[in-house]
Amino acid sequence: MSHPHGPETLVDRVHRQTGINIRRCYQCGKCSAGCPMAQETTIRPHDVMRMAAQDDLEGVRQADGLWYCLTCETCSVRCPNQCDPARVLDALREIVQEDHPEDAPRPLRAFHRSFLDQVRSHGRLFEMGLIMAFKTRGGPLFADVTTAPGMLSRGKLHLAPTRIRHLEEVRRIFEACGQRED
Amino acid sequence: MARIGVFVCHCGENIGRTVDCARVAEALRDLPGVVHSVDYKYMCSDPGQQMVKQAIAEKGLTGVVVAACSPHMHEKTFRRAASGAGLNPFLCEMANIREHCSWIHEDREMATAKAIDIARTLVEKVKRNRPLKTIQIPVTRRALVIGGGIAGIQAALDIADGGREVVLVEKEPSIGGHMSQLSETFPTLDCSQCILTPRMVEVYQHPRIRLYAYSEVESVQGYIGNFRVTIRRKARSVDEDKCNGCGACTQACPNRKVPSEFECGLGKRPAIYVPFPQAVPNLPTIDRSRCLLFLNRAKGRPDTCKKCAEACSKGAIDFDQQDRLVTEEVGAIVVATGYQVYSIGKETGRDDLHGYGEYGYGTLPDVIDGLQFERLASASGPTAGRILRPSDGKEPKRVVFLQCIGSRDPAKGMEYCSKICCMYVAKHTMLYKHKVHDGQATVFYMDIRAAGKGYDEFTRRAIEEEGARYIRGRVSRIWRDGEVLKVQGFDTLSGRPILMDADLVVLATAVRPQPGIEALAQKLNVSYDRHGFINEAHPKLRPVETSTAGVFVAGACQAPRDIPDSVAMASATASKVLGLFASEMLEREPTVAVVNDALCAGCFHCERVCPYGAVEHREVRNRAGQVVRVVAYVNPGVCQGCGTCQATCPSKSVELQGFTDDQVYQQIQALGL
Repeated sequence: MSHPHGPETLVDRVHRQTGINIRRCYQCGKCSAGCPMAQETTIRPHDVMRMAAQDDLEGVRQADGLWYCLTCETCSVRCPNQCDPARVLDALREIVQEDHPEDAPRPLRAFHRSFLDQVRSHGRLFEMGLIMAFKTRGGPLFADVTTAPGMLSRGKLHLAPTRIRHLEEVRRIFEACGQRED
Repeated sequence: MARIGVFVCHCGENIGRTVDCARVAEALRDLPGVVHSVDYKYMCSDPGQQMVKQAIAEKGLTGVVVAACSPHMHEKTFRRAASGAGLNPFLCEMANIREHCSWIHEDREMATAKAIDIARTLVEKVKRNRPLKTIQIPVTRRALVIGGGIAGIQAALDIADGGREVVLVEKEPSIGGHMSQLSETFPTLDCSQCILTPRMVEVYQHPRIRLYAYSEVESVQGYIGNFRVTIRRKARSVDEDKCNGCGACTQACPNRKVPSEFECGLGKRPAIYVPFPQAVPNLPTIDRSRCLLFLNRAKGRPDTCKKCAEACSKGAIDFDQQDRLVTEEVGAIVVATGYQVYSIGKETGRDDLHGYGEYGYGTLPDVIDGLQFERLASASGPTAGRILRPSDGKEPKRVVFLQCIGSRDPAKGMEYCSKICCMYVAKHTMLYKHKVHDGQATVFYMDIRAAGKGYDEFTRRAIEEEGARYIRGRVSRIWRDGEVLKVQGFDTLSGRPILMDADLVVLATAVRPQPGIEALAQKLNVSYDRHGFINEAHPKLRPVETSTAGVFVAGACQAPRDIPDSVAMASATASKVLGLFASEMLEREPTVAVVNDALCAGCFHCERVCPYGAVEHREVRNRAGQVVRVVAYVNPGVCQGCGTCQATCPSKSVELQGFTDDQVYQQIQALGL
């Protein structure tokens, strides 16, 4: 689908990363119709698809919906023309992250980084570690603190991490993905 | 004394559920003149029909009333049954107690009473019915096809291949129509000329097709089966018998700067010209409005330039040739005059069309229409198939296509969808991308209407694979800024205004009927809508017939049509024509108006109101052969039995057979109102 002429467009880039041709999008709106976050955002999945299909990276950067996406994949399941909006949004987040790392909202970046750090260190999520790391990275320091005792007493939070066996395999995945250490 | 038989049908439950059929039969039995009245479950069944036949034979009935469904449904059935028993079929009438009664009422008592009333009126009518004979009209088994585009070509070939002679009239110097101008055709992208030109040659060589190119229909007289058509053969100024089509005259002509109609003004032609190399017939024509000799003659100056005549080795150039009128007798006419595209300029040809001031009224050289783009993309076109813009001959890297120009725009004079534009614009974006690989095609559209086999797939291919950028919204304004065109629009999908640069703008202008269609329709006495498209007789069930019997319609003169539709329609007209020509005589229902010569005062009110042009003037002569007066005569071949003349006649001297005033008054009287 991408023509060998001219510079790589956003459509081409998404296609290279995902194999999806965004131009297939009919703009029928079924993705936004089923999106659980549609009420919370001003730019919805079909808007993002539209802008991306028009090679409008600037428009995509303005899209709050890009970062609120839960990747529940309802949109992709319902899409009539196999555009896989969830995968496209994922690719667009990667592209924006690559070109404009400062674009993603700060708490979001902090959470993302802290989450991956936990997985890299323990091979699985260590909630207490995630909370501490997130809050020290600039997450809201005292929010949700009152829920901690309840979660502790019900065994939802542990004070020490547990490790999985063969942790080195998870590390290899991180290395293969080129995940930077920072 | 009348002896009427009444047969009441239950139509299973259809009538029986709401109407007490036995009571209807019983009530009618007592009417004066009724000697037989019965009811039965299914009157149209074989035993039911036998009941009718038997009663006619045994009781010596002089009239039959079948109280059942609509006459549209079973009148023929029962008339045939009556005829089989020796009764004149027109002495059998239907009383509609199904569509007019049982299907639309719920109350059984009232419905039964109404059914009795309906049947009673018919008894009174049938008492006054007279035996009638079907009308036999001789049929001239030749057809006239008006218009030599793809629809006309298809109709002519199908009729001729069916074994009947065809007269094909084309107003341009060559047949082929707009299809010969197209580059490639959707949705298969096959070459238009490659599939069309063999058909054109086939027409020319067909032993049963008489081709009158550069000719127009002057007048039409007569009626179905018996038309007399006068055709004006416009003077080509070239003797067709002598010319061998060598083309030396066109080379010799000094006036080579006439905008070519075939190239939509993008190319030039000489004053003596063949519209395109594959023209059929391959004969040159002198455009007298451009030829120096004729321009001088018009100013009363002596003939100066005769270069074409000097170049012709056959002596075929005839400057003194005159238009000739020829008359052809035909039995059926196919109208296939095709379309033109909406002019965005100030001169639109009609007061209610306004052109496009916001797109520069056609003054921006790089704003062209779809047909012009076809010529640019055509290998035989003025640029030999290279996409070059008209202003400076550069290859445009950004082409913007606008859909719905004129179409779906009541403010500009037309509200209909032109149907073909969505598809040809998608095709144009592909042709452009195939020729200019680094170019960007952008389309502004309102909706994409690609209904047809393989059509939606085609437009999706343009969007998904060929990189055409589709923006939903209309363009508000185009203006020139140095070498580029500024296109200002709105993307309604992302809700943002758009201002983009373009090197070339292509307008998908609306499909309109050919100029002069109204005059032709009036000659043929067929109706047309306010845009000039010929009306079909019934939008669903009679799509290729017109309001005048024996006149059929095919292609884009009826509504915007693409090639497959036009061809299908043309073949449909051919099948209708061949069906009409299947026998030498045409049988028609005798429900036509008849004028009483003795009473007619010759006021001809009837002639003015007749929608079918069936009223003629007839001279009444005395014994010495002198004309004593002129009275109206209704041509039974043309009359459709609408009864308008009967209602209009001040002296009550026209009567519609089978629906005379006496019959209708008695029907009303029977209701006792």
